Amino acid sequence: MGAVTKAGGTPRRPAAGQPVPRLLRVTGPLVEMEYTSGIAMYDLVSIGPAGLPGEVVAISGDVVTVQAYEYTGGLAPGQTALPRGRPLSVPLGPELLGGVFDGLLRPLSGAGDWLPPGAQRAAAKERTWSFSPSVTRGERVAGGRALGEIRDAGPVPVKVLVPPGGGGTVEEIAGAGDRPRDAVVAVVGGAEVTVGALWPVRRPRPVRERVAGHTALDTGQRVIDLLFPVARGGTVAVPGGFGTGKTVLLQQIAKWCDADVIVYVGCGERGNEMADVITELSQLRDPRTGGRLADRTVTIANTSNMPMMAREASVYTGVTVAEYFRDMGLDVVVIADSTSRWAEALREFASRTGALPAEEGYPAGLASAVAAFYERAAAVTTLGGDRGSVTVIGAVSPPGGDMTEPVTAHTERFVRCLWTLDRDLAYARHYPAVSWAGSFSRDVPVLAAGHRAAGDPGWARRRDRVGAVLAEADRLADLVDLIGITALPARERVSVLAGRLVREGVLQQSALSERDAYCGPEKTAALADAVLAVADRCRALVDSGVPAASVEQVDFGPLLRAREDTGPRDAAGVTARGDAMLAGLEDVRP
Amino acid sequence: MSPRGAIEYTSVRELRGPLAIVAGVTGIGWDEYVRITLASGELRHGVVLDADRDLAVVQVLEGTAGMDPEGVRAAFAGGPLRVPVGTDWLGRVCNGRGEPLDGGPPVLGFQDAEVGGAPINPVRREPPSEPVLTGVGAVDALTTLVRGQKLPVFSVAGLPHLELAAQIAAQATAAGEAFSVVFAGMGLTHADASFVRDALEERSAAGELVLLLNTADDPVIERILTPRIALTVAEHLAFAEGRHVLVVMTDMTTYAEALREVSAARGEIPARRAYPGYLYSDLASLYERCGRIRGRPGSVTVLPVLTMPAGDITHPVPDLTGYITEGQIVLSPETHARGVYPPLDALSSLSRLMRKGAGPGRTRDDHLDVAAQLLAALARARQVRDLADLVGRSALSPTDRRYLDFDEAFLRDFADQRSDEPRDLDTALERGWRALLALPRSELSMLPVDLLDAHGAKDAPDAEAPR
Repeated sequence: MGAVTKAGGTPRRPAAGQPVPRLLRVTGPLVEMEYTSGIAMYDLVSIGPAGLPGEVVAISGDVVTVQAYEYTGGLAPGQTALPRGRPLSVPLGPELLGGVFDGLLRPLSGAGDWLPPGAQRAAAKERTWSFSPSVTRGERVAGGRALGEIRDAGPVPVKVLVPPGGGGTVEEIAGAGDRPRDAVVAVVGGAEVTVGALWPVRRPRPVRERVAGHTALDTGQRVIDLLFPVARGGTVAVPGGFGTGKTVLLQQIAKWCDADVIVYVGCGERGNEMADVITELSQLRDPRTGGRLADRTVTIANTSNMPMMAREASVYTGVTVAEYFRDMGLDVVVIADSTSRWAEALREFASRTGALPAEEGYPAGLASAVAAFYERAAAVTTLGGDRGSVTVIGAVSPPGGDMTEPVTAHTERFVRCLWTLDRDLAYARHYPAVSWAGSFSRDVPVLAAGHRAAGDPGWARRRDRVGAVLAEADRLADLVDLIGITALPARERVSVLAGRLVREGVLQQSALSERDAYCGPEKTAALADAVLAVADRCRALVDSGVPAASVEQVDFGPLLRAREDTGPRDAAGVTARGDAMLAGLEDVRP
Repeated sequence: MSPRGAIEYTSVRELRGPLAIVAGVTGIGWDEYVRITLASGELRHGVVLDADRDLAVVQVLEGTAGMDPEGVRAAFAGGPLRVPVGTDWLGRVCNGRGEPLDGGPPVLGFQDAEVGGAPINPVRREPPSEPVLTGVGAVDALTTLVRGQKLPVFSVAGLPHLELAAQIAAQATAAGEAFSVVFAGMGLTHADASFVRDALEERSAAGELVLLLNTADDPVIERILTPRIALTVAEHLAFAEGRHVLVVMTDMTTYAEALREVSAARGEIPARRAYPGYLYSDLASLYERCGRIRGRPGSVTVLPVLTMPAGDITHPVPDLTGYITEGQIVLSPETHARGVYPPLDALSSLSRLMRKGAGPGRTRDDHLDVAAQLLAALARARQVRDLADLVGRSALSPTDRRYLDFDEAFLRDFADQRSDEPRDLDTALERGWRALLALPRSELSMLPVDLLDAHGAKDAPDAEAPR
């Protein structure tokens, strides 16, 4: 792994006397070339005159099979291919924050209006970074230790780390000053350390140890924070058919969750949507830092018409970028929209290589590939001794809304949380359309313990009560459809009412409203408590003989509108409105 | 269509299904376009599927029937298929390969472009924000088409989707700015093809239309080229010539079937319903060519039309289309049975970009409110109709009976339109208002008070005599 520091971008020419390997066969993204000594599995290859990037996926006798990352039209047998002598790696560095890149982390901001294959993407305007050292010469440092900091890259300081696997005595260290990304800022144990670094995307960056995550990621979305919370370092799958509001929910989380860095991977999705995300992020302000939300975001855009095979790499690229920031002791969230498109890329390539298909043509390795991808999420102690985390949130797009299809079925086995989006809820304009019956969070026990330790013992009880109200209302809903609400006993009618209050007053959340788009944890708790208290009072009323119909006729508007009438963190305002509602209920008499 | 390679190979070694294997070739690239001349002098076309050492596996678009390996000559174009682009296309009627059907000379241009296109850099995209008005009232009012959007029409066999597509192609405008339509028909029957030619004659004569017609008896595989040629021509008209271009593509289900046929011939491993695993990427490579680009005038808007086999919206073609496009216009057999044209299923239809392309400063200040109120009222009216079927109209509350009146007014006065009638948005919205005024004012909570006053919305009479 020490090679990482030295791995430059220069193509390695074959040794003297050895011919340049030539292409033998081209069929779509599958390219066969001659073997040349020194070529290894998963090495990067530059193919043909345009130097299209490709990756070695099989070596058999004197034939090397390469998966090309771009459109190969016009590529002919007999043209040359240059092995690059290193696996598919991406350049990591301070320039990532606020940038927009393609699936191989080539900058898109400086590129032209169209992206023809093999075009050399102009690197983003070369700039310098203000580096300040944090070690002194002669100090002994291990891999993963910070050598210095860059303060002007974004809202978080970017650290320059001793590469994992490296370490030794600091032989040289640069003083404070502005440095370009290629500048050598230190020599440690004989190896040069530059501001930016290369890392192979398919290899997880090492950590000292994985730790149990027990703080929740605050997403600002009530249905999630209240019912299906995810711990920092956890994994989430978000399955949902088209039109269920998947992308809107993920964008809300990208905007408002309380991570330090967001890596947003648009994997095979709509171009106009990507344009929207990019535009909106650059306009919105981060409520905590006051800077642009875009500055804490790394956007990887690989829209559905961009090269298919780069889509396969883009999820690994995204998680590698996340690990890079995690290793600086930061909390990072990776949002991948959508992992189904990634799985389809796996399937297409498998079918081209003639691999035996398993379910629905997907390769037999799909389940293990999905599992391995989600396993890169973790809360960790970094090599440098800091706490950091990578949380992975992956959208799944089940064809035809079929939740038994392979990608959905495999994914839900490997994740800690599942936020299932429900078509019926979306149809009824209930957003976010997270189904309370079809979702789960396996992080709840550990997060409940965390809340207890943090002085909020009521958290788990509140969650249980909200869940119970919803379950009871769902059970009765079927009955109401059959026999009508008026045929139910009074207590059951209040249960149906309570379900409606929870759904409309707490779970629904408007992504378009300035006050409601984000909801702080205190306000979420206050809303749930207010609605539960009102439901309790209603039940007490019917127990004391008030007809259910009179309770149903009460105007609950002020309670239901509390979520939009109060600011994102205004828990007191919510409580006041809840209390006013309770006082109003005093006037309801038999 | 403009092969530049000069070398012709006569070494066809094998013919199998639609494939011709040419041996002894050098420097032939994958996806290269091929012109094949038969012994009889007949010209066919092909694409290189596999360039394997000195073999080129060529898929013959017109099929290999009647081909004798001895007399066949194959000329390779030196690259993927390119077509000439430019304003010369306007006013022309061509077949699915871009060859004239109108008796005119071949279409030429000063420039040519690869039909596969290149993806638009997502960073350079301008989010769509202005409407294309189709002159179809229900579509413009409820599911506004936005410049740079892709909005499909989901239909089932037997519904007038072709009429609707032709009507939109004939009437659509972009607020007086230069506007063109590229109409790509795939697998149309001859009757349908001549219907389209008739319906669009005026626009074609005005030099605002490019018509590409691949008929049902044309080579299946040609269908794969037709939308690509259409989009390549459209991109040039939009981004080089500064026009707003609407590309109508019908029928995408036929296109996908052609893709499946080709895939099967290539022996690829099938995915759902035997469609190839790359159907999503392939459809995306068409639909995603719409958009606007920062700093360039013009836009490409895509309106694909597809029939859902057996009305199944989870069928791979509508399903994958729905994942790529920004909403959908759904046609409903029930509405059609009630004699309404266009038979829009307004509750299932959605234009995701409407919020950005309609309303104050875009169309009319009250547009979004009226649309939201119409849909909300329609949802309620549908429930009331179900209830009325159970309990009878006389058992309904007075307000519920008003909803039935609204439903009728919505269909007859608002939605219904002649297929040759252009209706401007103002008229459509006023008809929407008229339908809404069938309801008591208390039900119109989504509309601003001053507008309700201006339109004379009435309170519900306290006691309405049962009818």
